[in-house]
Amino acid sequence: MIEIQGVTKRFGEFTAVNDVSLHIKAGEFITLLGPSGCGKTTLLRMLSGFETPDAGLIRIAGEDVTRLAPYRRNVNQVFQSYALFPHMTVRENIGFGLRMQKVAAAESARRIDEVVALVALQGFEDRKPGQLSGGQRQRVALARAIVPRPSVLLLDEPLSALDAKLRGQMQLELKRLQKHLGITFVFVTHDQEEALTMSDRIAVFNHGRLEQLGTTTEIYHQPRTAFVADFIGETNLLPADLIDLTGATARVRLEGGLELNVNAAQWPAGLRRASISIRPEKVHVSKQRVACENVFEARVAVELFQGVLDRLVLEFTGGTRLTAVVANESALLEAIHEGDRVWCGLHADDLVVVRTE
Amino acid sequence: MQALPSTSLTDSPHALRPRVWGWVLLAPMLAWLVLFVLVPMAILLVYSFCTRDDLGRVVFEFTFENYQRVFDPIYLRILGRSIGYAALTTGICLLMGYPVAWFIARQRENVRNWLLLLVMIPFWTSFLIRTYAWMTILKGNGLLSGLLLSAGVIPAPLEILYTPAAAIIGLVYAYLPFMILPIYGSAEKLDNALVEAAHDLGAGPVRAFSEVIVPLTWPGIAAGILLVFVPAIGMFAITDLMGGARVPMIGNVIHNQFIKAGNQPFGAALGIIFTLMFVVAYTLAQRRGRSSHP
Repeated sequence: MIEIQGVTKRFGEFTAVNDVSLHIKAGEFITLLGPSGCGKTTLLRMLSGFETPDAGLIRIAGEDVTRLAPYRRNVNQVFQSYALFPHMTVRENIGFGLRMQKVAAAESARRIDEVVALVALQGFEDRKPGQLSGGQRQRVALARAIVPRPSVLLLDEPLSALDAKLRGQMQLELKRLQKHLGITFVFVTHDQEEALTMSDRIAVFNHGRLEQLGTTTEIYHQPRTAFVADFIGETNLLPADLIDLTGATARVRLEGGLELNVNAAQWPAGLRRASISIRPEKVHVSKQRVACENVFEARVAVELFQGVLDRLVLEFTGGTRLTAVVANESALLEAIHEGDRVWCGLHADDLVVVRTE
Repeated sequence: MQALPSTSLTDSPHALRPRVWGWVLLAPMLAWLVLFVLVPMAILLVYSFCTRDDLGRVVFEFTFENYQRVFDPIYLRILGRSIGYAALTTGICLLMGYPVAWFIARQRENVRNWLLLLVMIPFWTSFLIRTYAWMTILKGNGLLSGLLLSAGVIPAPLEILYTPAAAIIGLVYAYLPFMILPIYGSAEKLDNALVEAAHDLGAGPVRAFSEVIVPLTWPGIAAGILLVFVPAIGMFAITDLMGGARVPMIGNVIHNQFIKAGNQPFGAALGIIFTLMFVVAYTLAQRRGRSSHP
């Protein structure tokens, strides 16, 4: 559907997008994720045509659009600020694209009614954008962008201006809409939770480069770089040195002297040093010795009560610290307290080796 | 407890204060307007219904004669010409000023401020000096003619001064900033995302301009048109100095009735009609503005 090949974009000395190649499949919901300034918005703007790449090629549905003007692309965008025309009514805003395409009045009216119903804006057609709430404006922007039936819908942090509750609601609504329409969605956000909730695949960006592309579970469970592991969800990121690599197991030493067994297949060939990413929910804590590839004794340095979950900071001999998150069951809560000696188990399969920058 | 609920403030007689203060602050301006606008207008209105004696002194004797004379074809033609010149001036200012205003509005802030300063620099010099400067440029043996002669573009000295063209050049020069500044004000506020949205939805440059940019900068355009058209109709100094006496404008005629011809009642009648015209034009422009911007 969309082929991005070796695209680079510079603004003066600053390289916003650095040699990015990405293939987006038809009908998928893909999220460009990363911190601000990582190049995700610039890449989106090159898809919509507002920026032209300095190098590389962009193809949409087989057509080379690298230098094609925005108004000649069958691509529509939902803007972060919504960019609704303040001098037009909701109906006129939604109908703008159809008017530009010279769609016949009757056909246009039918399609507007259809999309108005789809985004549940009936009764608001004659209002001006200034008379709408944030959520309603968001839906007008969405309706305006989908009514011309683009092959790709680009969404530039469209939910960032909404409050948390409405945002959650709109996430589900967007996902439903995308399934219903079957349009390819390219969604830009810096919110990793939002990306995990909505996407089929996520492309993680950092400093203008594509760090990793994968399904939500791949990105979460098998991060390839320390940046991805750290940016997506919460993790314990521990630098480790390789001390032995025989058979299916690699033995590594963490700073502080703790030694772990990890799957040898995970260890990047030729490297002596990498980082181990351990998700807090994968750290098993118990008063009894647990059966795991890696079992250590630890002291509960900090205990934080967080409602559903209990957060424990474990300290090992040598000073290494790990954060663990355990379900807040009363039995466990009663059993474990700050200062207690506990057993900590780590499955080799849960230890993800990532490259350190 | 030293609680001071807000109700005690609004209930107190001090609540009236902001209102009173408002009027006190407005008083100097109101006094000025009454003294130098309302009173002169009243005098003008009274004069316009009077006659004059042989020495040109105003005689308080009621007559419609002055108004009848206003609608004499001679004066209607002059009025028509004035409107035509003013409209032409306004049109040229709009065509020249809009791109400039748009360009300035799209720059970075510090560049914007410098460019705006450049637009306003001419105001630092007296208006008359600038007009005389133009006269030296445009006259037969002046700068422009000399340059074109030495470049071989024209065979004989170019006589622009004291022609309608010179009057238009002078008017456009004088009023161009009044077109640029209000349009800049509107263009600067226009969110670039709106222009991008128009392009995104399939509008080419022309459609984006007519469907989005013009309607959203209309308040600035309307203000610019008014600020140029209204004073351009009444301007007499530039047309007198640069256009010569051959093509009098309505401003020149009124000016002459008071200063040279000594017919104050007729000049007053012309002035009253002229003012009424402005009021009508302004009202129409406002209504146009409101219908496109409810």
